[in-house]
Amino acid sequence: MKYLLKHLRQYKKQSILAPLFKMLEALFDLFVPLVVANIINVGIGNRDNSYILKQCGILVLLALIGITCSFTAQYFAAVASVGCATGLRHDLFSHIQKLGYSEIDTAGTSTLITRMTSDINQVQNGINMAMRLLLRSPFIVFGAMIMAFTINAKAALIFLIAIPVLSVIVYGIMGVTNPGYKGIQEKLDHVMNHVRENLTGVRVVRAFGKEKEEVANFEHANSQLNAMQLRIGHLSALMNPMTYVVVNLAIIAILKVGASSIDGGILLSGDVVALVNYMSQILVELVKMANTIILISKALASINRIAGVLDTEPAMEFQEQKVVWPKSEEAVRFEHVGLIYRGAGEESLTDITFCAKKGQTIGVIGGTGSGKSTLVNLIPRFYDATSGEISIFGMPIEKWGKEELRTRVGVVMQKAQLFQGTIRSNLLWGKQNATQEELWHALEVAQAAEVVRGKEKGLDEPVEQGGRNFSGGQKQRLTIARALVNNPDILILDDSASALDFATDASLRKALKTLPEELTVFIVSQRTSSLKHADQILVLEDGCLVGLGTHEQLLENCEVYREIHESQFKKGDEVQ
Amino acid sequence: MKKKTVDNRAVMKRILKFTKPYSLFIIISFLCSAISVAAQLWVPILCGHAIDYMIGEGNVNFQGVTTIVISIAWATAVTAAAQWILAVCNNKITFGVSRDLRNQAISKIQKLPLSYLDRHPSGDLVSRIIADVDTFSDGLLMGFTQLFTGVITIVGTLGFMLSVNALVTLVVVVLTPLSLLVANFIAKHTYHYFQRQTVARGAQTAYINEMVEGMKVVQAFGYERESLEKFDELNQELQEASMKAVFYSSLTNPCTRFVNNLVYAAVGLAGALYAIAGGITIGELSIFLSYANQYSKPFNDISSVVTELQNAIACADRVFQLLDEAEEVQEKQELLVSDGHVQIEDISFRYVPDRPLIRNFSLDVKPGQRIAIVGPTGCGKTTLINLLMRFYDVNSGSIKVAGKNIQDVTRNSLRHSYGMVLQDTWLKKGTIRENICYGKPDATEEEIIAAAKASHAHSFIKRLPKGYDTEIAEDGGNISQGQKQFLCIARVMLCLPPMLILDEATSSIDTRTEIKIQAAFARMMEGRTSFIVAHRLSTIREADVILVMNDGQIIEQGNHESLMEQKGFYAKLYNSQFKEV
Repeated sequence: MKYLLKHLRQYKKQSILAPLFKMLEALFDLFVPLVVANIINVGIGNRDNSYILKQCGILVLLALIGITCSFTAQYFAAVASVGCATGLRHDLFSHIQKLGYSEIDTAGTSTLITRMTSDINQVQNGINMAMRLLLRSPFIVFGAMIMAFTINAKAALIFLIAIPVLSVIVYGIMGVTNPGYKGIQEKLDHVMNHVRENLTGVRVVRAFGKEKEEVANFEHANSQLNAMQLRIGHLSALMNPMTYVVVNLAIIAILKVGASSIDGGILLSGDVVALVNYMSQILVELVKMANTIILISKALASINRIAGVLDTEPAMEFQEQKVVWPKSEEAVRFEHVGLIYRGAGEESLTDITFCAKKGQTIGVIGGTGSGKSTLVNLIPRFYDATSGEISIFGMPIEKWGKEELRTRVGVVMQKAQLFQGTIRSNLLWGKQNATQEELWHALEVAQAAEVVRGKEKGLDEPVEQGGRNFSGGQKQRLTIARALVNNPDILILDDSASALDFATDASLRKALKTLPEELTVFIVSQRTSSLKHADQILVLEDGCLVGLGTHEQLLENCEVYREIHESQFKKGDEVQ
Repeated sequence: MKKKTVDNRAVMKRILKFTKPYSLFIIISFLCSAISVAAQLWVPILCGHAIDYMIGEGNVNFQGVTTIVISIAWATAVTAAAQWILAVCNNKITFGVSRDLRNQAISKIQKLPLSYLDRHPSGDLVSRIIADVDTFSDGLLMGFTQLFTGVITIVGTLGFMLSVNALVTLVVVVLTPLSLLVANFIAKHTYHYFQRQTVARGAQTAYINEMVEGMKVVQAFGYERESLEKFDELNQELQEASMKAVFYSSLTNPCTRFVNNLVYAAVGLAGALYAIAGGITIGELSIFLSYANQYSKPFNDISSVVTELQNAIACADRVFQLLDEAEEVQEKQELLVSDGHVQIEDISFRYVPDRPLIRNFSLDVKPGQRIAIVGPTGCGKTTLINLLMRFYDVNSGSIKVAGKNIQDVTRNSLRHSYGMVLQDTWLKKGTIRENICYGKPDATEEEIIAAAKASHAHSFIKRLPKGYDTEIAEDGGNISQGQKQFLCIARVMLCLPPMLILDEATSSIDTRTEIKIQAAFARMMEGRTSFIVAHRLSTIREADVILVMNDGQIIEQGNHESLMEQKGFYAKLYNSQFKEV
């Protein structure tokens, strides 16, 4: 809520004026039955044509004032609600950018996207409706009651009874059906899940000949949905008849009271007409208000979900002040490093110790889920180690500034991601002012030059969203080039060559060798052939370092490495 | 335009056909709606008469008021009862129809040829069966509750008003449609603001999707500032477009209310002047005033129903299109025995008419033989599997299993003779146990565990907190890709059919684990005819026949040694994978 208030404060004027004008409009609405009563009592009673004309003029005037107020209110409400939503969206986006990898993992990207889109829209709707209706409806309900009191206290008592009864019915039924709608949504999700499963798994379903069972399962879920819909539907269908009965009972009471009052000379017939009119106004407003409340409670739920994201503080803090670029021959050093992912029970990395010298090529190998990616993700400090120490170029990793560290360490992730724009705009991500030569040099090294040359517009070839107009291998080569443009001191290739064929993979490694001596390269791979020439190879299994050395040393003394190697090259089968 | 209305009519007819089982409810619904509207409209008249009985001090007809009050009570009771029954009937009809539609759709999906399902993204079909049916049933519900009621209300009000006084009725009838015109005018003019909003929102959502999904890359490159700038630009655009769309569309209500108030004033004026002239009574004036208040409502309802209904019809049409798709022909004969003898005789196949894929291919697979299919990604290896399983039918030639043409036997019985493990590790939402015995629901605990052990799944299942009763999350997020593949293998192990198909079954598993699975496969394949698709050549060297495919063609065929000797495509492929660099 505090996040919303911050923005509402910026629209203070609008946020106050919108409901105010809405109430003004309602006030004029409330005068209408009184004017009509006058027409009947005075105009018709005295047979005064000009009085009637005047009163009808007042009605038109009231309508004009009403629409003016209403326009003003709608305008302010629109400005305030859209403005707040825009501000909130900005806050959320910039906050998400500040979150660390662990926070993003915990929240999940699809959740974050929902928060940014549909939740904020819901909030915008909620603010808009709240400003327009939340004050207006109670105002009319109580206003009508007060007006009734000004006409006749005894008749007004009927209002005093009818309003609570109506409220109980409206809010009672909604209180019961609202959770019911959530249940319906859940059942619908079930049904949807069945459909999706049947479509994505169609080959398996058919291979096992399970079509009939799948249909039966679906029909079961579907009939559950149907039963729920009917139950809630029948319940909510009670609202109209019940409120109708109460209102008409109230009108009967008004007529009864009115009859005796008129007989006693306390009221005129026009007053009775006015009372009946007020009663019908109340019902309309109560229903409107109930719907507004649903909308607002949805918006509140959304606001809370958004606040949940905004409340997440990035756990990682980076050094603010610039550090002196240290001179050290040790590019990366791990001392007894361990990592437990947030929310996970077990360590994903356990007691890792190694040192990578400047200019070395380090291979990282292991089975799926052995912790290879986790290990290299610690180097650019995407995650913080939960135990042990990491230093980069001799300086503890915590002492590095965020931007400095990330520009010194270039990462090519497992999942090759390009962004909408052009090849050039993608390459410039790492270095805004890179020259044409620098770009082409990076492309050459990454074996991506031929990809770009093959495109009609070269560097200015458009890249569609997510880079879907490029093949997996092309994307991977371009992401490697993107990381190279910035001339990093440490380059991490996280299984980045998996979509490349063997020959390209080999040329890439050869080209990396030609780069200035200082570049330290980490290559994560499943293939021993990609790592053969590494200066050191880290062998991981279940998060533990089970081997460290060169290819030959490991073949000699590391069983896991030997097994991996042999699974790829059958014994005695290596091409000489 | 004309053609479209004809289409709508055809769709409407079909919708009506779907409502046939509910005709009783429909009749009751119509009846109740007529009754409730009539009784509802009668109440203002009764009120008016009651007021006419109260002329002034000492001049009140209490007897008359009492009679009328009793009538109001009756009318109220009848209305309330009729309204509820009406709603119940409408619920039964609409929810029932949407349930029926969904059931038909899912049965349909089971019978559609794979060529259709492969061509249509599953998201599209899901949205037809879920979202479209929902929109359709919403529209139908609104149509039933508001369209008919609205029409009756308009006609009824008109009748009642005429019965009271023709002149004042004329005022109401002439002025009321004004509010409709105003509403339409606004809707038309806000339309393009809405479109602008939709475009702006679409652009922003796309950007959000891209950036949030790539947030790790954004952060890795320190690109936050630039990406926020771009976001703010889009945000600004959206703000401007939304502001206009929200404001202008919110004018509809005040405007119609304004017109309504004008009508009200006009009726007041005409009625009051007429009352002085003695044309109508005060009670009758009050009747007109309350009718004037309500009269525009059914018009507005109907106009919103019309858009809603058009929407519903469009959605229904999309669902019907799915239901109309041609189904696979069902054969009668069962494939009773399969000895694992597969004869592929001169088959040709193409997915699209102008791109022939497999041409005149023949192969005789003896029982127990191992056939491997290799080739670069996208060369059509899976096509052959599609044909063997009859997910697709050959264009010419024939495939015979145990001497029987597979086009002459039921697909079900044919597929039962195959065990299949795919690269795509599809598991059902449910427990691990349920997934393993998917093909054999009556398997005993021992059989399940034996199958799990044989496929190396047992040890990791045991380590899970709930063992075999662990629920697999919807996206399978709680177990790894490799573990999923072990479960898929266990699923086949439990059935042990005479023939096996392994389509890139180990490509998502690391090579060391793969060796272990290979051992399990080897045991499974013993004495069984098996077809193996692989891109890692190390896995298929022991095959009896290796088919080398490229660009959809089978270009080489033989065993490992003979192919290596040929020094052709296979030899090149093999060397590139194993050459030392």
